[in-house]
Amino acid sequence: MEEHYRKGAIVKPYERLSMDQIRWLDQASMEILSEPGIWSMNERAAKLFKSYGARVWEEKEENSFCWRVSLPSGLVREAIGHAPSRIVLGARKAENRLLLEADVPRVYFGSGSEANIWLETEIEEYVSTTDESYKIMAPRFRELRGNSQLLSRAAKLCEYLEHLDFFIRPLNIQDPEITPENHDVNKFFASLNNITKHVQAGLTNLEKLKDVVRMAEIIAGGSETLRENPIISFITCVFKSPLQLVDDTAEKVFAIVNSGLPLVISSSPQGGSTAPIQEAGMVAQINAEILAGIVLTQLIRPGAPVLYGSVPVRARLDNLHDLYGCPEFNQYNIDCVQLARFYKIPCYSTAGVGDASLPGMQATFEKLFTHLYVAMSGAQYIHYAFGLLNRTNTFCPLQAVLDNEHIGMIKECLRQPKVGPSLVEDVPKLVKKVMSSPHRLYARHIRKALHAGEVSSPYRFETSGLNDRVLENALDYMTRLEGKLSPYLDNATVERIYREVPGLLPGLKNVAQ
Amino acid sequence: MYTRELINKISFNVIQGRVEAEDEGFDEGLEGQPAVTELVHMALEKGVDPKAIVIDGLTKAMELVGEKFERGEYLIPDMLASAECVSAAMDIMGSHLVHAGVKSKGKFVIATVAGDLHDIGKNIVSIMLKGSGYEVVDLGSDVPTEKIVTSVKEQQAPYLGLSALLTSTMWVMEEVINKLKKEGLYGNVKVLIGGAPISQSFADKIGAYAYCRNAFEAIEILKGETR
Repeated sequence: MEEHYRKGAIVKPYERLSMDQIRWLDQASMEILSEPGIWSMNERAAKLFKSYGARVWEEKEENSFCWRVSLPSGLVREAIGHAPSRIVLGARKAENRLLLEADVPRVYFGSGSEANIWLETEIEEYVSTTDESYKIMAPRFRELRGNSQLLSRAAKLCEYLEHLDFFIRPLNIQDPEITPENHDVNKFFASLNNITKHVQAGLTNLEKLKDVVRMAEIIAGGSETLRENPIISFITCVFKSPLQLVDDTAEKVFAIVNSGLPLVISSSPQGGSTAPIQEAGMVAQINAEILAGIVLTQLIRPGAPVLYGSVPVRARLDNLHDLYGCPEFNQYNIDCVQLARFYKIPCYSTAGVGDASLPGMQATFEKLFTHLYVAMSGAQYIHYAFGLLNRTNTFCPLQAVLDNEHIGMIKECLRQPKVGPSLVEDVPKLVKKVMSSPHRLYARHIRKALHAGEVSSPYRFETSGLNDRVLENALDYMTRLEGKLSPYLDNATVERIYREVPGLLPGLKNVAQ
Repeated sequence: MYTRELINKISFNVIQGRVEAEDEGFDEGLEGQPAVTELVHMALEKGVDPKAIVIDGLTKAMELVGEKFERGEYLIPDMLASAECVSAAMDIMGSHLVHAGVKSKGKFVIATVAGDLHDIGKNIVSIMLKGSGYEVVDLGSDVPTEKIVTSVKEQQAPYLGLSALLTSTMWVMEEVINKLKKEGLYGNVKVLIGGAPISQSFADKIGAYAYCRNAFEAIEILKGETR
């Protein structure tokens, strides 16, 4: 296959941590992994660690049993040294593939979470009670439970959001017909049938991995082709913070690594409850958890493609819910991006969640505040970036459209400078020419750049006058995008998938058209 | 090159916004080819009627450019580039136009008032008016009231355009109008005003003929006058 990849934005990384600070955090993580070590609820993982030189012992408490694992730093360093620095995430369309390189700060943005609620927006006219001639258009929101048809709709919309680089199912499917047995195949099919970008999700049921992989093989064109062009990958939250290796997720890690497909080792401690709230403590702990997960993948199969998945959040101290739109969120995440770069492993990072429940000023602030900073750090793969509100409990397609617009501006803002010898050489000539013209205006001379798409456009949803119509304009735009054709799989492929993969809902074949 | 072909090429290059051969156009790959300046010189050397150049080469092209702008296909820089082409062509043809009996649409004195150095808006109006066939006398920015009034008098200009960006300088426009009244010129010249702090009510208050939000409005207002 020819090497086509999405462009991404190659940034000059903003670094909070000095190399000394990185080394101190690395050392602290190594100490944590050695003493107290990790609490493994999974026997197979404990035994594997032990076979490579970890100190492992059984620990019984009144209501629990686990294997305590003390990982020596030598083992950790050797294992993570096997993790690849370059990972390709495939896609149905070759030009939508992603190239993740640990030493290249090429930033991609995508969706994320598995929200239970879909927030639908309608615009209605409202009349002033004091002046009937004064009318405004304003949004009205409606909550819907996530289902497979709405997930199909989300995938199709995300196909047409030009700044969304990859698709993590943003919605939990809760149709009455969905069971733990058919959740995975329907989730992946609803996504893959409606988007040609990379698709990533967690695995609900380990037993269904083979069906999901079979589906992907049919779409990719065979078993080998799928490994060359992995159109799907998996997220595994193998650690329950603090430091507890989850039994069933560890089994999923074994199975996914053995399938040869990429996976994310993700950890999401909450500063203030399941991790220290102070930057150093939070980052040292999450780093220890992620490294232990990555060590597991490399002991299962050296060279297994794995992403350093950092989702550190902070607790609100009034109710211990997650708090995303705060400075600590950026600090934790940027530190993790730097640590991933230090270990030469591509980073799955986090930005763009609104604590707000609705699209609007608060959501825009929270999203922009984290999108910009985390992108500046050069994280390769920023998830959660589209449509998430009410922390990660709501996916709002209108918000995804709004996010797309400002992520586009961020990509343009952070792109590499266009300053080179030939460009600079032309500058004095141009200045001379304009200064000798009657009005000394450069306007006529910017047209080449303008028509080459090198000059950014004003905000797509801008509004004039004293009525704020941004949401109305964004909704119109979203309606136009949703009116486009779905990038369905061809009929023969769909029929074959339905024949070979059990459990697919019949109605999913053509829902998003 | 035949007359028709030359005029068509002038028209094409106005639409492309190419004043000189080294200019890029709207489309790719035109750099180095003769543009409006070179083509107008060639046309005059071949004895092409300047009237035909103005009517068939320049005016029609500018109408098309206007339509493209209306459709959102062209942006302000494209409009200005085309207007500069027309302006350059008119400068080259100067004396030929007089001999051919081609008259401008009228003299238009324009200035940013005293105390105000902002001239982007004024320049855009100036370029667009010149591109639309007016004889523009651009006095520049921070122009003393006395100089503006003297110019109107000397040029016997039927139109005066005043620009101001500051709330502190917009009142100088009233000074200019009062001075025009004092000199007995107010009845002979129509004063068009514009700038960020200006409004229709301000124009009414100081006795300006029209408030123009932008260059296009100015052209539309003048069209009504010269029709």
